[in-house]
Amino acid sequence: MDFAIQTKNLGRVYKIRGGKKSEPRELVALQDVNLQVRQGELFGLLGPNGAGKTTLIKILTTLLAPTTGVASVAGFDVVKQAEKVRPQINMVSGGESSGYGLLTVRENLWMFAQFYGIPSAVANWRIRELLKVVGLSDRINSKSSDLSTGLRQKMNIVRGFLTDPDVLFMDEPTLGLDVGASRDVRRFIREWVDQDPSRTLLLTTHYMVEADELCDRVAIINQGRVLACDRPATLKSRLQKEVLFRIEVSPLNGTSVETFEMLPGVSKVTYRPLDGYAVLELILEQDDALGSVVNLMTSSNIHILKLQKREPTLEDVFVDLVGRSMEEVEKSETEEGNR
Amino acid sequence: MNQIGSSTGLHAVLEQEVKKNAGWRLFIQTVIARAYPRVIGQQREKSWMFFDIFLPVLAVSAYVFVYRAIQAPEDYIGFVIVGGAMTAFWMNVLWGMSSQLYWEKETGNLALYIMAPNSLMAILLGMALGGIVATTLRAATIIILGSLLFEVSYAVVSFTQLFAVFILAMAALYGMGMMFASVYLLLSREAWHLSNLAQEPVYLLSGFYFPIKNFNFWIALGASVIPLTLGLDAMRQLAFKTGETLGFLSVQVELLVLIGLSVLFLVAARILIRHMEKLAIREGRLTESRR
Repeated sequence: MDFAIQTKNLGRVYKIRGGKKSEPRELVALQDVNLQVRQGELFGLLGPNGAGKTTLIKILTTLLAPTTGVASVAGFDVVKQAEKVRPQINMVSGGESSGYGLLTVRENLWMFAQFYGIPSAVANWRIRELLKVVGLSDRINSKSSDLSTGLRQKMNIVRGFLTDPDVLFMDEPTLGLDVGASRDVRRFIREWVDQDPSRTLLLTTHYMVEADELCDRVAIINQGRVLACDRPATLKSRLQKEVLFRIEVSPLNGTSVETFEMLPGVSKVTYRPLDGYAVLELILEQDDALGSVVNLMTSSNIHILKLQKREPTLEDVFVDLVGRSMEEVEKSETEEGNR
Repeated sequence: MNQIGSSTGLHAVLEQEVKKNAGWRLFIQTVIARAYPRVIGQQREKSWMFFDIFLPVLAVSAYVFVYRAIQAPEDYIGFVIVGGAMTAFWMNVLWGMSSQLYWEKETGNLALYIMAPNSLMAILLGMALGGIVATTLRAATIIILGSLLFEVSYAVVSFTQLFAVFILAMAALYGMGMMFASVYLLLSREAWHLSNLAQEPVYLLSGFYFPIKNFNFWIALGASVIPLTLGLDAMRQLAFKTGETLGFLSVQVELLVLIGLSVLFLVAARILIRHMEKLAIREGRLTESRR
């Protein structure tokens, strides 16, 4: 089988310099990552900020050397054969501000096309057509500094597709886009992959819906490790033996999440305080366990505002694998970083 | 955004097989493309006429009035005008070449340059070429304006040699800029201090406003490492009646030294950019924006 992307025991450790007197400390960004992405596949990397997604993309796009293991893209080693990998790939990152503000949208895109050796006439034709596709034709002669964040991101997306790569890497491509634009970008990405079986797209995201809706397969990554890798439906089916409830409640009045988790039949609980109320996400072994949860709430004077039984999502898979929601992981990482 | 599936353009784009050039064609394409933002883009910000023309002419005028007040030889006025024009190139090399890769890193362009199949040397050459073209426009305007304002008379000995000196001075100067681009990137923010530190001493050592023959021989020789020093000295010798008598070394010797400096700086630039790329990939630090 042809793999467009393959990694074996891939790892990356950063050396973080402290002050002048302190020793540099090590930060493990990736460890033992083993992935195989087939040609023609739309593959998603799902994980919270700081999980190692961008580091993995940087290694695969020849921008960063791994400290352990090997990786190949389009059949070439990303370290030893970087010059053979580069003509086959391109990358788009969410929120990037590449290009030059004094140049127009067309000029910026033309410039990047030249760096890939695309003849001017072909480049200009493709720019016009791709701008039509993303609805940016009317801004073709606008200076890129005059574009809003969303429009700029559309220009970046066109830059990625312009060079007709065999393997395209998209790092949080819908970051900063409104709901409608995000949906259209997702649709375009899917179409691009489906049109030609030799095209492969690796997408990183921390939006569960994006990964679920778009990707053929998803790898869930946290703290530099791949925790699971499969089709979204298969990943979700892991939880089908369990029962999921979403309960909106009044504030918990000092009752801890752990108290709920200690109840018989309760597998995992995540808690999210919102404005004046809170949301509890419960993974239960059976329906019966709900009774003890409700009893605990009643005795703790916690009012149930809304109760909903629902189908598992990738967020639930993440909670099941990590023990915390992606939001909680990101929050604790930020707090740790601030310390 | 249009409905994706309904776009005929999309299907055409998706089905099109894109031929991509490689080798020297890709190199040339990259040089031209990277020069483009400087040659075309930079002219769109009209404030350059004030900052790059009016202010330098003002600075030159001060020296002209000083020279006239002390009744210096009339060719000194021309020396100052040419020197004032050449400062534009020095400023461009210092702020537009040396610190450019740092800026490219901050905007995310550097990562895209490294990831693309082009050569980073072509990117640097494109920056240099674009810088030379855009700055020549400014320098020529300063010379024309200054010459008209202060009635400078030229006595060009050889246009060919004058052109050769200019080209070689540019090759050496921008070669130095290309070399510094990697150095500045490696030094990161501390580079700003270097630029500030280098600006004024080079004005003095290169003899922008007076012939360097006035220096002690050894100081003048040391200052000749800066390509503009000998370039400017040779241009003055070739463009003014008294130029030869006020010149530091003969034009032929200065031409040879400029050839040597060009080769030296361009080779050093190539070595350093490769080193920078390797370091960037190994450490993962140099393509990372600090914001």
